[in-house]
Amino acid sequence: MKNKVLMCGNEACGEGAVLAGCKFYAGYPITPQNELTAYMAKRMLETGGVFIQAESELAAINMVFGAAAAGVRAMTSSSSPGMSLKQEGISYLAGCELPCVLVNMQRGGPGLGNIAPAQGDYFQAVKGGGHGDYKLIVLAPSSAQEFLDYTALAFDLADKYRNPVIILGDGLLGQMMEPIVIQAADHKPEIIDKPWALTGCKGRKPNIIKSLILAEGALEEHNKKLQEKFRSIALTETRSESLNIKDSEIVLVAYGSVARIAKASMQMARSKGLKVGLIRPITLWPFPDEAIRNACLSARKFLVVEMSAGQMVEDVRLAVNGRTGVEFHGRMGGGIPSEEEILQKVEALI
Amino acid sequence: MKTPKKKSLQGAIATKSSRPTFAQPMSLRDVENHYCAGCGHGIVHRLVCEAIDEFGIRERVIGIAPVGCAVIAYDYWDFDVAEAAHGRTPAVATGIKRVRPDDIVFTYQGDGDLAAIGTAEIIHTANRGENITVIFVNNGVYGMTGGQMAPTTLAGQKTSTTVHGRSLRREGYPIKMLEMLAVLPGAKYLERVSVHSAHEVLRAKRAITKAFRMQIEGKGFSMVEVLSMCPTYWDMTPIQAADRIKNEVSTFYPLGVIKSC
Repeated sequence: MKNKVLMCGNEACGEGAVLAGCKFYAGYPITPQNELTAYMAKRMLETGGVFIQAESELAAINMVFGAAAAGVRAMTSSSSPGMSLKQEGISYLAGCELPCVLVNMQRGGPGLGNIAPAQGDYFQAVKGGGHGDYKLIVLAPSSAQEFLDYTALAFDLADKYRNPVIILGDGLLGQMMEPIVIQAADHKPEIIDKPWALTGCKGRKPNIIKSLILAEGALEEHNKKLQEKFRSIALTETRSESLNIKDSEIVLVAYGSVARIAKASMQMARSKGLKVGLIRPITLWPFPDEAIRNACLSARKFLVVEMSAGQMVEDVRLAVNGRTGVEFHGRMGGGIPSEEEILQKVEALI
Repeated sequence: MKTPKKKSLQGAIATKSSRPTFAQPMSLRDVENHYCAGCGHGIVHRLVCEAIDEFGIRERVIGIAPVGCAVIAYDYWDFDVAEAAHGRTPAVATGIKRVRPDDIVFTYQGDGDLAAIGTAEIIHTANRGENITVIFVNNGVYGMTGGQMAPTTLAGQKTSTTVHGRSLRREGYPIKMLEMLAVLPGAKYLERVSVHSAHEVLRAKRAITKAFRMQIEGKGFSMVEVLSMCPTYWDMTPIQAADRIKNEVSTFYPLGVIKSC
């Protein structure tokens, strides 16, 4: 059944979770993601799930820890300052290999910052965020439709790899309303057995969910196992979109809302006869190194555009590894780059 | 300390034959534990396991182990257990209980976990009236990290961070958690017990059993505070530590039912 509706990114994200069979949501109010919390409050009631407005982000992420440990598809969401509070719990979730979905609708920082869109939490999401060696699968939608699609996908990936998955959006994508198509048939959740879950030890040995591993050498072995898992995720789950790469002299690299602006800049440049392409990482971890490397064949320069002081640009530089130049244009604290602004930067490079 | 297997007053289970019999609870693994001589944790572990066995709920119990001396309680308990980050124990319990309401979910927390870093979680979990059981072991000191002041450390008590004794002016007052929680309508059964003597152990057993019964009957949030000995960081012999609870600790933290409804 095709069902076209008008939704903001926050609501689309929530509906994606519902389609994926999410049965537990805990969250704490923070702008600009409140529409998602309110949507889940309504939809969890309607679908027989559990909704809890927690006393803090700390409690919310640990309630998700409990629900995930019991084998249920669980989710929490927040925005930048709230995500900082969740980092302790995220480290435990990763250490315990508990699947869950996290959403960060980024806002301006550091500190309390403001409530305008930003991309300053890239490092936090992609490089770990909490303590210890771990990775989150990081999905970066750039439209309301993708919020629906990738949130549903996030639950499957989380279960498949027993790892938290984070949806990294921003206040612009979260609050902008767009038409989306809801096709339940396209989002049939891949439900897998969870023999490790805490369900009471009837007919089996007790299960223990823990990240404390004290025996000599055992924690290193556990870490090796985690790293092996991360390698296998990197091999199979990298996603990106490449536009006009084959003949491009200048390749724009941007994700999320900025990718949409950069796409318009690319089209303006093309209409002027300038050979400009775009790479849009969809998974920020694993990062699409190969797509970047392939573009090095024709590209004279990369221009990375972010709503940050320059975070993803470091991963682009690592992928390019000196083969060609990597330039950066960033806006911070809620500043949004315009199509013309990016075009000007492109023209300056040609 | 070896887990008491045969002759132990603490393990006494009254039977119909009127003669106490002793047995290893099914829910308690027959292994050595890491607790110091004279520590109360081994006794409280056993009381929890005896209660679980008596209700026949071992296969639907999910425990939450804290951060503190009881951090590896899952090595001693023979049922499903989750770890929790320090103090987040009641939040983890909430997540589990809400998605598995027919299972019996309990947290086992120390005074640092419950009364310092996890204060917000315990208050709001009680206030939501979560149908869980909380076992709160109060020995007035941080044992695992080497004997620092706890929120429940008594005035004048020497610890590694209150070298001349806890000063009320400098460090504030010992917190009475049960009395604080008692004002919350969501908290249904709150009792303080001790394990410093055989008599008190039996009373502790009754309270812990009642706290589990409350949950089984769906009556809501229940919490038992157990005053417990820490001879190592009280710098006492086990007997001196037990006497200290009787003569000093229990005069500040009165034993008995704080609230029952």
